[in-house]
Amino acid sequence: MKEDSSFLKKRSKKLLFHCARCRRGARQQVKVFCFFFSKKKILPSLACLLLGLSFFSAASAPFLAPYPPTRIDLRQRLLPPAWPQPGRPGHLLGTDNVGRDMLSRIIWGARISLAVGLSAALLGAVAGSVLGLCAGFFGGAVDAAISWLINVQLAFPFTLFAIFLLAVFGGGFLPVVGVLALATWVNFARIVRSQTLSLRAQDFVTAAHAVGVGAPRILRRYIFPAVLPSIVVVASFSAAQAILTEAALSFLGVGVDPTIPSWGAMLNLGRNYLQTAWWMATFPGIAIALTVLGANLMGDWLGTRLDPRAR
Amino acid sequence: MAALSEASGVSVRYGGVAALTDVDFAVSAGETVAIIGESGCGKSTLGRTLLLLQPPTSGNVRFRGEDLTALPARALRQRRRFMQMMFQDPYASLNARMTIGETLAEPLVVHGLATWRTARPRVAQMLARVGLDPGVTSRYPHEFSGGQRQRIAIARAVIAGPDLVVADEPLSALDITVQGQILDLLAALQAAQTLTYVFISHDLPVVRHIAGRVAVMLGGRIVEQGPPAEVFATPAHPYTQALLAAVPIPDPALARARMATAAALPAATPAPPNACPFVPRCPAARPICAESMPPLRDIAAHRSAACWLNEVPA
Amino acid sequence: MTETLLDIANLHVRFGATTAVAGACLHVSKGEAVGLVGESGSGKSATILAALRLHPADARISATRLTLGGQDVLTLPQPALRRLRGRFAAMIFQDPLTALNPLLTIGTQIAEVLTRHRALSRADARGQAAALLTQVGITDPARRLAQYPHEFSGGMRQRAMIAASLAGDPALLIADEPTTALDVTVQAELVRLIAGLQRQRGMGLLWVTHDLALMAGIVDRVVVMYAGRVMESGPVAALYANPRHPYTIALLESLPRLDQGRGRVLAGGPPDLTRPTSGCVFAPRCSARMPRCVQAPPVFAAGDSHVACWLAAPAGAEVAA
Repeated sequence: MKEDSSFLKKRSKKLLFHCARCRRGARQQVKVFCFFFSKKKILPSLACLLLGLSFFSAASAPFLAPYPPTRIDLRQRLLPPAWPQPGRPGHLLGTDNVGRDMLSRIIWGARISLAVGLSAALLGAVAGSVLGLCAGFFGGAVDAAISWLINVQLAFPFTLFAIFLLAVFGGGFLPVVGVLALATWVNFARIVRSQTLSLRAQDFVTAAHAVGVGAPRILRRYIFPAVLPSIVVVASFSAAQAILTEAALSFLGVGVDPTIPSWGAMLNLGRNYLQTAWWMATFPGIAIALTVLGANLMGDWLGTRLDPRAR
Repeated sequence: MAALSEASGVSVRYGGVAALTDVDFAVSAGETVAIIGESGCGKSTLGRTLLLLQPPTSGNVRFRGEDLTALPARALRQRRRFMQMMFQDPYASLNARMTIGETLAEPLVVHGLATWRTARPRVAQMLARVGLDPGVTSRYPHEFSGGQRQRIAIARAVIAGPDLVVADEPLSALDITVQGQILDLLAALQAAQTLTYVFISHDLPVVRHIAGRVAVMLGGRIVEQGPPAEVFATPAHPYTQALLAAVPIPDPALARARMATAAALPAATPAPPNACPFVPRCPAARPICAESMPPLRDIAAHRSAACWLNEVPA
Repeated sequence: MTETLLDIANLHVRFGATTAVAGACLHVSKGEAVGLVGESGSGKSATILAALRLHPADARISATRLTLGGQDVLTLPQPALRRLRGRFAAMIFQDPLTALNPLLTIGTQIAEVLTRHRALSRADARGQAAALLTQVGITDPARRLAQYPHEFSGGMRQRAMIAASLAGDPALLIADEPTTALDVTVQAELVRLIAGLQRQRGMGLLWVTHDLALMAGIVDRVVVMYAGRVMESGPVAALYANPRHPYTIALLESLPRLDQGRGRVLAGGPPDLTRPTSGCVFAPRCSARMPRCVQAPPVFAAGDSHVACWLAAPAGAEVAA
């Protein structure tokens, strides 16, 4: 570890050395820099950065966005971003076909994507994990029923079904979250079930039975903490998937709410203007990609961090 | 004397495999009985069946005169306070995510003997009793050595004041010098709390000095029983003889002499059903041995063996 | 002068802050069987892994001398090292189920050693593999060659692994606790097999175990390790009859015996390997501790034995480590 941070230390020291005022703080800054960007930590640091950006945008949208996202100004329509073709300096990322500021819409769009992604992942995790725990722990008829449900769902062309459901019930936040959770619970259930099955046979669970611990406590204190790392990892990937699917649903017009800016809806709109106003589709696309990348990186890192430790 | 724990005519089958076949086994209060045998003989299954951690396919299991197989789940759980178990791998048998304070307090709380708060002094006392520092309650199992973890497992087994402790190969995963320490601890606890031990092992020399009675198992059946001193001095079953011949002797000259003279034991193959399980390897096998399983009969005071050699006149 | 197969002098192996081996010395000659005994944390496995340079890259190994077949293991380039492994020195591990590839048949795995190290054709290799299986006591070799490791019992898997290790016709066989996971009857058979093969082929044998009783019938010399250092080494008869080091004495006393009562129990536990001491590592647990023991004792020669203990000082002259 001494070896890989020494190079970074030298570089950072050079940069900070010249600032007289910072000289005392320089050592601190170098330490912090190396902590976050050493070889081992670059993955979660990047993930935190990307996710942090999205969360920050979503949380502080009213203060951060320079313009209201729904303000139409037909005199300012189709302005390109502030570089390379200089547009008006007030619109950093340009405007869309009705003059709405792209940057503000992207900042506000984070709310929908994150809200949907997290809610769907959470709902799917809770439902899937509970069912998986019951199937794995109690076995017998309970397991047969739940496994049957899982297999039925997996055999089904789910995306088509989701679109159908949403077309019938209309879009909206709750239906979309419900449909996405429905898509994802199976992943949790399968993993939790198989882990519970193998844990049930392990000595420490048998030992708990031998002590006289009842089923509720065994599930809560023995089995659940052991499957939690897997649930968290699957949840990260689930959230990423949900964000993507929500964008696709909005793109297809059955998303959350056409009046609130959503990255998927923005993609949909920008599709028609790819030749003339490339920025209308590109920036929402980048936002989706970076957020999903952050979620996936987080899931990856958590997977390696949580599992071996738990052993 | 009424048996504390008793298995009668117990058979256990997993899928197509018969782990135990028609086994009768009883332990009286205060005894230390050892069950020895090699892997697959059913000794661990018998230990778990005595505690009904493994329900028997047929036969019944009684504890303090009560038929455990007939009890509803809640009542069975309450009885568990008095019959506890220790496992071979001390790390695998402790919950890696619970502090040892919580692990040790759990038996007390689960059986209503204390609350989480009132359990603390008793946990500290128990830790001191097993030779550990009472202040380590907030640590996790991975922070301890193998011998220390086994001490924690012992503490958990005896903290609620059981009558019976089934120890499933408690020494196998430990270093030789630590084994001696753990055996001393088990003996001290037995004296202090009047415990009954069922000690499952594959290690004959260990069993020689701690058990008052030994049962030798093979192929899911008990093939010989008796006081270890006598059984090891004059084994009545060819399998017991084979086991004794295989125990390493820490004397170079004797060991080499034995290796040069002893005949090789053929590899174990499954015996035909209803036959004596030792038939494929037994040097003294007769036609009748392949046809039917000899019954376990008394051959002397306190000794029994299941071998046709003891029955049929030569 | 018998040929030296393995010569280790003053070996140090460190993983991060832990010192697994601190100054171990070991020597195996042609035709000689040496037993390496120690409990967990003694450094015995680390020592033999260093002999074949099988440690991960972040292990820091240094030695005054570490030669295998006369060649310096630490400076040998990879191709030469690979030739040495399997051909000159073969290793058998404790758990044959994880040491054998579960996806390949036994025949393929043995034949691989033969084609690689002995440059035999595939047909010749299969014939040889069958012959090897017979040598290790596996009946019906033709059928067994086509089977997978999980279809064998534990004892048979270990025999198969021995066959694979013999395939390269090694001069030195290193066995790392090969019988620990096996039943006692199977263990006795395997011990007999390995001892017989060793004598037949005139190989050197290095048997690593924690079971002192087991080694008595197999080896000519014993090396006792504790906390990464060699405590005592000497001819087997002398060591069992008249052990010099207090640790060896304690180990022998702890052995449960069928014919004798239980010996005295050694209290305490092994030292923390992340904190090196300047005194004798065994001193905290030693019943014969003297004020002199705050300084680590050098290795003394006493007849054919070497003892790292101040108690041996008057009787013999000092030996340079």
